Amino acid sequence: MSKLHSIRLPHFSASAEQTTRKIPAPEEVAISMAQHIGAPCTPCVEVGDYVKIGQKIGDSEAFMSAPVHASVSGTVKEIKDVMNVGGRLCKTVVITNDNKNVVFDVKPPKADTKEDFIKAVRESGAIGLGGAGFPTHVKLATKDKIDYLLLNGAECEPYITSDYRELMENTDGVMAGIDLIMKMIGIPEAIIGIEEDKPKAIAKLTEICGKYKGISVKKLPGAYPQGAEKVLIHSLTGRIVAEGMLPSNVGCMVMNVSTAGFIHSYIKTGMPLIKRRITIDGNIVNSPGNFFVPIGTLLHNVVGFADVRKQPDRIVLGGPMMGNCAFDPDTPLAKTNNAVLLFADTVERKPTACIRCGRCVRACALNLMPTELESAYDARDAEALEKLKINLCMNCGACSFVCPAKRNLAEKNQLAKDFLRQAKAK
Amino acid sequence: MNKLFVEASPHIRSSRTTQNVMLDVVIALCPALIAATIIFGIKALVLTVICCASCVIFELLFNMITKKERTISDMSAVVTGMLLSFNLPVDLPIYMAIIGCFIAIVIVKCLFGGIGQNFANPAITARIALMLSFTAAMTTWTAPLSAWDSTIDAATSATPLVAEKANLPSLMDMFLGVRAGCLGETCILALLLGGIYLLARGVIRFETPVCFIGTVAVLTLLKNGFDCTDMLYQLMGGGLILGAFFMATDYSTTPITTKGKIIFAVGCGVITFLIRQFASLPEGVSFSILVMNCLSPLIDRVTVPKPLGALVPEKPEKNKKEGEKNG
Repeated sequence: MSKLHSIRLPHFSASAEQTTRKIPAPEEVAISMAQHIGAPCTPCVEVGDYVKIGQKIGDSEAFMSAPVHASVSGTVKEIKDVMNVGGRLCKTVVITNDNKNVVFDVKPPKADTKEDFIKAVRESGAIGLGGAGFPTHVKLATKDKIDYLLLNGAECEPYITSDYRELMENTDGVMAGIDLIMKMIGIPEAIIGIEEDKPKAIAKLTEICGKYKGISVKKLPGAYPQGAEKVLIHSLTGRIVAEGMLPSNVGCMVMNVSTAGFIHSYIKTGMPLIKRRITIDGNIVNSPGNFFVPIGTLLHNVVGFADVRKQPDRIVLGGPMMGNCAFDPDTPLAKTNNAVLLFADTVERKPTACIRCGRCVRACALNLMPTELESAYDARDAEALEKLKINLCMNCGACSFVCPAKRNLAEKNQLAKDFLRQAKAK
Repeated sequence: MNKLFVEASPHIRSSRTTQNVMLDVVIALCPALIAATIIFGIKALVLTVICCASCVIFELLFNMITKKERTISDMSAVVTGMLLSFNLPVDLPIYMAIIGCFIAIVIVKCLFGGIGQNFANPAITARIALMLSFTAAMTTWTAPLSAWDSTIDAATSATPLVAEKANLPSLMDMFLGVRAGCLGETCILALLLGGIYLLARGVIRFETPVCFIGTVAVLTLLKNGFDCTDMLYQLMGGGLILGAFFMATDYSTTPITTKGKIIFAVGCGVITFLIRQFASLPEGVSFSILVMNCLSPLIDRVTVPKPLGALVPEKPEKNKKEGEKNG
């Protein structure tokens, strides 16, 4: 098995050994109807309605979708269009918290058969908690024969430790979740991939694996981008997901460890996905840590709560390699946000000329040539972009990270993809 | 809250900059500069400083005249100046050295678009241009240590590549650089120290120097019937070590992929060997690098790596498995 290119990143994992805490309940939450990849939901509540924690407030007929639930109890204040961090305008239900924590009458779902289980997972609002936000039930409903359930505990981006905390604090839950999914979907083997820089998690899970049949832990190299789906599949099984294929096409199902942990808790309690663990860190945070936040908490509540040395001038939702910059402190947190990173003293970078050092070429896990892609995009050369396989770029950011000329290679790749799409449409 | 700064990911970058890459090269060249000053006297240092200054000034003037952004802060002109001076005899008239700097910076680098755009190595091309224009001055060697010891005849001393066997310096003198030659190429010890520094700092990769030097070594051994002493003279004579570590590893004028770099380095080794052994020129390192510089775009074209999972005729694993089952 050939080794894929990777890069070494600084770790910044100060939050790793802190037990997850709670942030004070926000006065108001804004829950977007587009929490995931796929069709956004339509609100099923109206302004003035009283909603309870765990009550469904949005759903969709579409297959590629997952319902959305209230994360606090209170009154629906308004339903408005809010631009999410990805720049997508979507319906958002704003709920004023009455702080009474009235819980909706949730019951453990019926999940004895594969069909019922998948249906239940859909009802839970589960989506991939790693960051991409693929509706989990869609993954589970695959018709392909799955040989491996691969659990992504790589957490390869600096700062983020939320999956690590899940592994440490909810070890039994994660294992039970994996076991349940294997039994329900009929997957013979599960491999939990954890980066070598988390020896405690590896030891803890390896020990507990003995109790389960078919589950093993595999140490992954502490390199970036280890947690990217294609890279993870290659590292754990040696299989290659070819262009245009899905992991299921090569007999693999990839799931974040936190998602597995959530599925277990949902099947046990029936409480849907209404909160998640996020890492709060950054160069101005005095006490980095992990926190449970209700979905829909506004960013400024999180910033106001964080113990910071000075006002941030840059807020990143997600990891520093693939996360997005928030442009509005009123942005609501979504199910996919695994971190809020606060930075100050940001210096604007000015790209200089490419010196053709080849660092980007040696950094790309997918063996692309970022510098050539950039030239092709700058020349608006659709043919060259297609030949150089721009469509395969997963925007991991490794090329931009290593570039000594500080060129925005990853950004250009995304622009190039869009350009090629438009050029082909013509 | 302050106005928020928004940018595309990634939001962290490595500490490597073009400037500190070039600074590392300058640092790596310093041991050889110190050695040259000891071997050939203070004039070695003076010539190097003049070359560096001329290169920087030419680049600045070019930027100003063409109303382009000033690029001298990237320090690449300093590297070019140092490398060019290292390829000159220490007693070369200063005006010739300055002409060399003009050729390197203005003609070879800036006119082709500046850093990263030039296809030929500026220092090497300038050296070759000087060699062809001022052949006598460029091949007038100064005896080592003559600056410090008046009993040594400073006039000329042939380079070890063409010297008669009886007049060859000892291997230890070769290693320490006590021999005639261009000012920066003689002290192998200092050059290796610099090379190791560049490797350790990740500025260059081992493939190029290893393949370049290795190719020359193997071909020489094959030709001379496995005479290791002669092979060592070949490796340490001329500008092979300087070229292999510092010039054949130039970023913009060599192939970008590892595979391409290996082809480039082996090609340099073969051409160096052929020129040294069969052509009328005494030294072939500069020409070999220039020829391979010209071939680099072609090498790049044939060494484009195959992206992971890119669609090619071969069958994906799943189909193979199913095929096995069905069979």
